[in-house]
Amino acid sequence: MPGGRGVAMGGIRIENGGALSTIQDAGRIGYQALGFGTAGAMDVDALKLANTLLGNEPDEAVIEMTLLGMEVVFEEVNCFVLTGGDMGATLNGDTIDCCKVYAAKSGDILKCGFCKDGIRGYLSFAGGMDIMPVLGSLSTSMKYQLGGLEGRKLMPGDTIGFKNPKAKLSHMKRRFIEAPIYKKDVTELRVLLGFQKDYFTEEGLQTFFSSVYGVQSESDRMGYRLEGEAIGYKDTVDIVSDAIVPGAIQVPSNGQPIVLMADRQTTGGYAKIGAVISADLPLLAQMAPGSKVCFKEVTLEEAQAALVEKRIQMKQLKRRLERWF
Amino acid sequence: MADYNICLAGDCAITIDFGNQIDQKINRQVTLLRDQLESLQIKGIVEMIPTFRSLTVFYNPEILSYQKLKAYIEQCTSAETATEAHKKKVYVIPVCYEECFSPDMGNVCAHTGLTREEIIKRHSGQEYLIYMLGFLPGFAYLGGLDPQLETPRLSSPRTKIEAGSVGIGGNQTGIYPLDSPGGWQLIGKTPIKPYDVKREKSILYEAGSYIRFVPITEEEYWKIKEEYEAGKYKCQVEEV
Repeated sequence: MPGGRGVAMGGIRIENGGALSTIQDAGRIGYQALGFGTAGAMDVDALKLANTLLGNEPDEAVIEMTLLGMEVVFEEVNCFVLTGGDMGATLNGDTIDCCKVYAAKSGDILKCGFCKDGIRGYLSFAGGMDIMPVLGSLSTSMKYQLGGLEGRKLMPGDTIGFKNPKAKLSHMKRRFIEAPIYKKDVTELRVLLGFQKDYFTEEGLQTFFSSVYGVQSESDRMGYRLEGEAIGYKDTVDIVSDAIVPGAIQVPSNGQPIVLMADRQTTGGYAKIGAVISADLPLLAQMAPGSKVCFKEVTLEEAQAALVEKRIQMKQLKRRLERWF
Repeated sequence: MADYNICLAGDCAITIDFGNQIDQKINRQVTLLRDQLESLQIKGIVEMIPTFRSLTVFYNPEILSYQKLKAYIEQCTSAETATEAHKKKVYVIPVCYEECFSPDMGNVCAHTGLTREEIIKRHSGQEYLIYMLGFLPGFAYLGGLDPQLETPRLSSPRTKIEAGSVGIGGNQTGIYPLDSPGGWQLIGKTPIKPYDVKREKSILYEAGSYIRFVPITEEEYWKIKEEYEAGKYKCQVEEV
């Protein structure tokens, strides 16, 4: 079956899968031309942070939990960390911190609750999980049952082995950062306009940049549906299908924008006003229904500089964790 | 090369657009550009998505700058290329159109006024251009369906159509690569798998190539299916 366990025993056993937990890495890259969506972690910053704190490969797979987290039992020792939204986790009943590495013993019980800030929490293990890659990636595409654990969300009774567990890591005391705060009145998302901006009227573009949009409850891994003042367009928003990049902002005929995310289809037939910059997608990934966003236009240079800055931050963190003194 | 626009698609991709149309010539430009860029083996290109009318190139901005990539693209688009005479790659797909595999043949006959034999003859008698793959892995948007075969989608879609089913939906025809809900009128089934992650080439075909359906009997269907499952079937590919 595409996507499955390796040979190792131990690892973790899922007692409760939470609302929606899936195995994700940085995405299935290289197959979009064949119609395979990339999938991947919605909050890639949380993934990178987890792997940096654990000394893992930068894009090692993690478990993405949505809204309500999992309950797992460690059947084997290993170090782990929770990043992304704080799910009020406990280890054997004791409260533990987000963004801090802990060592678990065999029999330890990790319980994650409702996300208090943000909506997606990430559980990661030192050495990664022993899951077979499919087309080069461990990411789960639930729509076509591909990758991760049998192409589906995690359920009670599932077991996941550890690839290379560690009883402890060097400099355990350094392996934490102050957890980010996601809750905001209005989150500003930086945008690059696309060539299909010409489908929209001047007023439409003004509306887009001056309005506050609310995140709808139908938002999911495929896209964030926003509600607010309708964006005016010229004749139509129907286009002959073309490719959809991560963060692309599609505007269907009702003028309500949709920001396409990890489980987006590779191609689509609605005009796109532009795209949210890559560096801001993790912010959107932590927004719950009811939260508010607004859009700001930036240049390509600013957008790409934001990505470089993030990479440098992780590099600096890595250095800090590894220095011997 | 024909008229085109090079535009930003977010901060990690560029789209080269040839016009808002479904047109074989335009699609040929997309395929050509994709092949040219592929042959240059440019470091920093992550992947490319060819669509009906554009090519989107994903790149790593820390390895390859937007300006440099744009220059490579312009180098390709301005090159003199023979766009008319080109090698066509045609994937020959065996399809059983017999009653057991064509539950909606009656609908298509009723709508088109054609007999079953006529429908099979017209559907299998030509090459269809694969404009692009999308919507699902291996789902091919095919061009060139005989207008006489056009039949509206089912008013009540099926909750499950088996992988390999061949159908007509409006002015489109194609193969369902995976089990999926759908509203197409099913007129046949192929015993081979267009989508198979266990196969080295997970999707049998690619955008820019062509598909031709070849009618087979029910007996041949089961024989080929067995061969395919045993790993002994080799899909016929013609270079025309």
